[in-house]
Amino acid sequence: MKKVLLSSIIILIGLTFLGRLSYLQIFSFSPNQILEDAAIKAIYDYPERGYIYDRNGKLLVANQAAYDVMVIPREVKPLDTIEFCNLVGIDKSTFIKNIKTAKIRSPRLPYVMVSQLSKEDYARLQEKMRKYEGFYIQKRSLRYYDTKSAANALGYISQVTPADLKAHPYYTQGELRGKTGIEKQYEDILRGRKGVKYIQKDRFNRDIGPYKNGALDTLPEPGKEIQLTIDKDLQEYGERLMVGKHGGIVALDPSSGEILSLISGPTYDPSLLVGRKRSANYSKLYYDSIAKPTWDRSLLAQESPGSPFKVINALIALQENVMTPDDKIRCYNGFYVGKNRTKRGCHCGGGLRDMNSGIYKSCNAYFAGTFKQIFDNFDTTDEAMDVWQKHVKSFGLGEYLGTDLPTGSRGRIPGKEYYDKVYGDNRWSWSYIVSLSFGQGEVAVTPIQLANMTAAIGNKGYYYTPHILKKIEGEPITDPMYTQRKYTTIDKENFDPVIKGMEAVYKTPGGTAHWLQVPGIDIAGKTGTVENYTRINGVRTQLTDHSIFVAFAPVQNPKIAIAIFIEHGYFGGRYAGHIASLMIEKYLKGEITRKDLEKKMLEKTLEKEYAKPYSGEPFIINERSW
Amino acid sequence: MAGKNFLKRIDWLSVFIYFALTAIGWLSIYSSTFTESNPSLFDFSTFYGKQFFFICVSVIAIVFVFATEANLFERFSGIIYTIGIVLLLGLFPFGKTIAGATSWYNLGFFNLQPSEIAKVATTLAMAKYLSDIQTDLRRQKDKLYAFGILVIPAILIVLQPDPGSGVVFFALTFVLFREGLPLYYMAIGLVVLLIFVATLKFGTIWVIIGVSILIALFYLTKRERVKISPLPIILFFVVSVSISFSVRFVFDSVFEQHHRDRFNLWLRLEKDPKKLEQIRKTIGYNTYQSEKAIESGGFTGKGFLQGTRTKGDFVPEQHSDYIFTTIGEEWGFVGTATVVLLFSILLLRLVYIAERQKNAFSRIYGYGVISILFVHYLINIGMVIGLVPTIGIPLPFMSYGGSGLLGFTLLLFIFLKLDANRLKEWD
Repeated sequence: MKKVLLSSIIILIGLTFLGRLSYLQIFSFSPNQILEDAAIKAIYDYPERGYIYDRNGKLLVANQAAYDVMVIPREVKPLDTIEFCNLVGIDKSTFIKNIKTAKIRSPRLPYVMVSQLSKEDYARLQEKMRKYEGFYIQKRSLRYYDTKSAANALGYISQVTPADLKAHPYYTQGELRGKTGIEKQYEDILRGRKGVKYIQKDRFNRDIGPYKNGALDTLPEPGKEIQLTIDKDLQEYGERLMVGKHGGIVALDPSSGEILSLISGPTYDPSLLVGRKRSANYSKLYYDSIAKPTWDRSLLAQESPGSPFKVINALIALQENVMTPDDKIRCYNGFYVGKNRTKRGCHCGGGLRDMNSGIYKSCNAYFAGTFKQIFDNFDTTDEAMDVWQKHVKSFGLGEYLGTDLPTGSRGRIPGKEYYDKVYGDNRWSWSYIVSLSFGQGEVAVTPIQLANMTAAIGNKGYYYTPHILKKIEGEPITDPMYTQRKYTTIDKENFDPVIKGMEAVYKTPGGTAHWLQVPGIDIAGKTGTVENYTRINGVRTQLTDHSIFVAFAPVQNPKIAIAIFIEHGYFGGRYAGHIASLMIEKYLKGEITRKDLEKKMLEKTLEKEYAKPYSGEPFIINERSW
Repeated sequence: MAGKNFLKRIDWLSVFIYFALTAIGWLSIYSSTFTESNPSLFDFSTFYGKQFFFICVSVIAIVFVFATEANLFERFSGIIYTIGIVLLLGLFPFGKTIAGATSWYNLGFFNLQPSEIAKVATTLAMAKYLSDIQTDLRRQKDKLYAFGILVIPAILIVLQPDPGSGVVFFALTFVLFREGLPLYYMAIGLVVLLIFVATLKFGTIWVIIGVSILIALFYLTKRERVKISPLPIILFFVVSVSISFSVRFVFDSVFEQHHRDRFNLWLRLEKDPKKLEQIRKTIGYNTYQSEKAIESGGFTGKGFLQGTRTKGDFVPEQHSDYIFTTIGEEWGFVGTATVVLLFSILLLRLVYIAERQKNAFSRIYGYGVISILFVHYLINIGMVIGLVPTIGIPLPFMSYGGSGLLGFTLLLFIFLKLDANRLKEWD
C-alpha cells in the first residue's frame, strides 16, 4: 500500500504541474505579445504629417516644431533650480512637483518637464541645456495653420483616447490622431506610417540591443500632402461676412461636386487648438452652449428649407405633367385649405400667378395649388406621396449625402409611413401636409444638402456627391463615389422654366432679390424665410425667421452653387441673400464692386437677435428695421 | 566490474533520462547566460562553460561509481556520513560566504557546497541504519536515532543559514514510513499543516466548525457495534482547536515580516487586489517574473535563444533555481510538459527499481534517493510556477551548480550501481 502511495503522489503532482502549466501557457497566453512584452521596447519614428493645401495650391495647414524639456530623474545632478526655472519659464513649485511625479513614474524613464516650448524659447535654451544633467530637449511636431478659417472643416488632432486604442491597434498611448474634420477623415493619408524599432531591454529597463537584430523593425512612411477643393480666399471671405451671425454656408462647384467653401458661424481660429493653451481653449469652445462654435452648422444643422423647396415642387409638377409653366393659380393674399376652408397666408401681394411669377414672387398659394395638382393626379394619397418622396430624395435630400466629411445629418423628407404614424393610417390627405409645398413643416435639410440640390438644378438634373478632397500628392481623386454623376428623376427640359423663374428672382422688379443682382453675372436664386419656434420656460415661442438663400451662377454652365442659412436673419433677401450675392461676385470676379453692400454685411451682426430668447424680457420678432 | 553482463544489468532508461535532463538543463543555462558578444560554447569563465566542465566531472564520477565494488557503499556509509558532517561543521570556521549564507568551501577553481554531498552521505547512512537487522522502528530509541541521522545535517545547514536545503533532509522521513514508521505520524503532520493553512485562510471559527463536522461524520459513519472511547476524540478536538488558536499568535509574533509576506502571497490572504498586486511585484517579484516568463512562452515557446525575458534578465537566478522558466519561455508548454514527464517517469521508474531490490540496504537507499529527488522537483517547479511558497533549492540535474550536479549524480548512480548488482549478492 505504501509503495502505491508514493507512486500515486508522484503522478498526482505531475498532473498538478501539467494543469498549472497549461493554465499559464495555454489559457493565459496572449498571442499579441511583442507589444505587451515587458522585455521589449518599441521605439517609434514618427513621419511628418502631410500638409494641406487649398484648391489653388495655397497652404492651409503645415507643421511646426515644438520642444519639450524632458527629465530623467535618476540622472539629475544638483543644479541651480532658480536659474533653471527662469530659463525654461516655470516656477519652483511646478519644478518640484514635476520632478516628484517623474520619480514616481520611473526614475529611469524620461518625463515631460515643460511641454511645447516655442522656437524662440528653444533657441535660448539650447546652448545652456548642456549644463543641466538629466535634462534634455525633445522635438515634437505640431500642426501649424496658415489660415484663421475653416476650423471645423479642417478639424484638429489630439492624443488618442483609451477607446481609440481599443478600436485601432495601430496607435499607442500618447500618440496623436485626427479627431474631427479632414484630419479625421484622411488620417491614414496624412499620418503616413510610423517606423518602429524593437529594443531588447533588461530588467532595469536599460537597452541591451536590437530585438532579433532588427528583423521586425520598419522604416517610417511619410504622410502624404493633400489638396482640398476649398477655395481659401472664398472661405476666408465668407467667414468674415459671417462674423456676428450664426449659420452655415456651403458653396459647391456644380460641375464637379467640389466643396468650395464650408462655413459655419460662429467659428474659431484653428490655432487655438494647438500648443500649451489647447485644453483651456477647447473647454471654452466646447462649453459655449449658445454659439456652439465647434458644431459645424454647414453639415449638421437641420432646418426646414423654406421657399427654395418650392422649386422642387415645381419640378415635380412638370415631371408628372400635372401642370405647364403657363397654368395659372390665383392668390388671394393666401389660399384656403381643408374642410373648414382655413386661410393660410401669402406675402406675394396676391393676383394671378404662373410658374415664373410664382417662383420670383415666392407665392405660397401658387405652390399649394401645385402640390394639390400633384396629389390629385394619383388615385391614392399614398401613391402620390411615394412619387413625391422619390423625386425629392433624388436630389440627395433626406438621406446622408455620402460626403467625405466625418459628420453629417440625414435631414428629413417625410413619407407616407411618417404621416400614417402621426395622423393614423389613411387619415390624412394633401391638405394636411400642404406646408411641404413651400418647404415648411416636417421637412428638414442641412445647408450642404441644400447646396447640392441647387447644384443639381444648375446642372439640369444631375449632381456629383459633394466632396472636399481634390488631390493626394498631386494625383486627382478617382473614387467613383465622387467622380460619377448622380441623376435626379427630373428630365432635363423640365428645368428650363424653373431656372427662368429663379433668374427672375434677380432680374424682375418685384423679384425677391432683385436689388442683389451682381452686375455682369447671370444668377439664378431663390429666397427662403423659415418660421421657427423655441421653448422659453416651457412656452412655445416664435423667434425671428431664419434667412435662407440658394443660388447658382452663371446660369449657363454654372461655376458655383451656394446655399446660405442664417439663424434668425429674417427674410431670405436680407442676410442670406446679401451674403450669397457677395460670395458669388467674390468667387467669379475675384473682387467686390458694390463696396457699400459689402461694408453693410461686414458690419451688421445679429448678436442682439440671438440674445433675445435669453434676456428673460418680452421681445418682438421679425423687426422691420435692420 | 564484470564487463558485458554488468552493462546489461544497468537500468538504461534511468540513465537516458538523467542525460536528457542534464542536456536540457545545460542548453537552458547556455540560453540564460550567454551574451551575443561572446557566444563561445566552452568558455570556462561563463556559467555554461563551467557547467559543461561539471558535466564532464559527473561522467567521470559515474564511471568511478560503476567501477567501485557495490558493497563498499554500504560498508563505508558510516565514514562517508562522518566526513559529510565534518565538512558541514568545517564551514563555520572556514566557509566562504556568498549572499549571506556560509555554504561553500573555496577550492580556487570552484566552490564546493558540502550540503549537496551531505545529501548522499545522509541517505547512505539512513539506509545503513534502517537495514541493520537490529534496528526496529517500533522502538522509541530507534525512531530517535533514525531522526537524528537526518536532523543533525539539517540543523547544521539551516544554521549556515540555508533553510531551503535543510528542509530537504526531512524528505527522508518518507523512507521511515516505508520501513515501518506508522502512517499516522504523517497524518498528524498533515492535519497540523491543514489546520495551519485553514486558520490563516478562513479563521479559527471555521476550523472549529470544520473539525466538529468531521467528528460528527466520523460518528455517523462508524459501524454501530464498534465502541470508541470518547477520550481520543475529545483530545483531538481540543488539540486541533488549541493549534488553531496558537496559529495566529505564531503567525503574528514569531514569524518575521518576510515570512508573513510569503504566506500572504501564497494563500492570497491580502484581500485588496491592488495591494496583492503590489506584493506580487515586490516581495513576490521572483515568482511574478517567472510566471510571466513561462506564460509568455505559450504552447510552443519563443525558440531557443529567443526568450526576451530570459535575455533581459527579468527572472533572477534564472540559470540556477529558476532554470525552469527558461524552458517555459523558450520551449513553451511542449518543453515544460516534457520536463515534468521526464521527472515523473524517472521517479516512477526508481520506485519500481527500489521495489525489486532483494537487499534491504539497496531498497531503503533507493527510497531515500526518490524522496530527495522528488522533494527537489516538487518544491522547485512548484515555486517557479507559483504553487509553492518561495524556497530556494535547485532543480536536480538541470540547475547550474557543480556541487549540486555532482551530488545528484552520485545519489542516483550509486543506486543504479546497487541495482545492477542486485543479483550478485555481495561478491
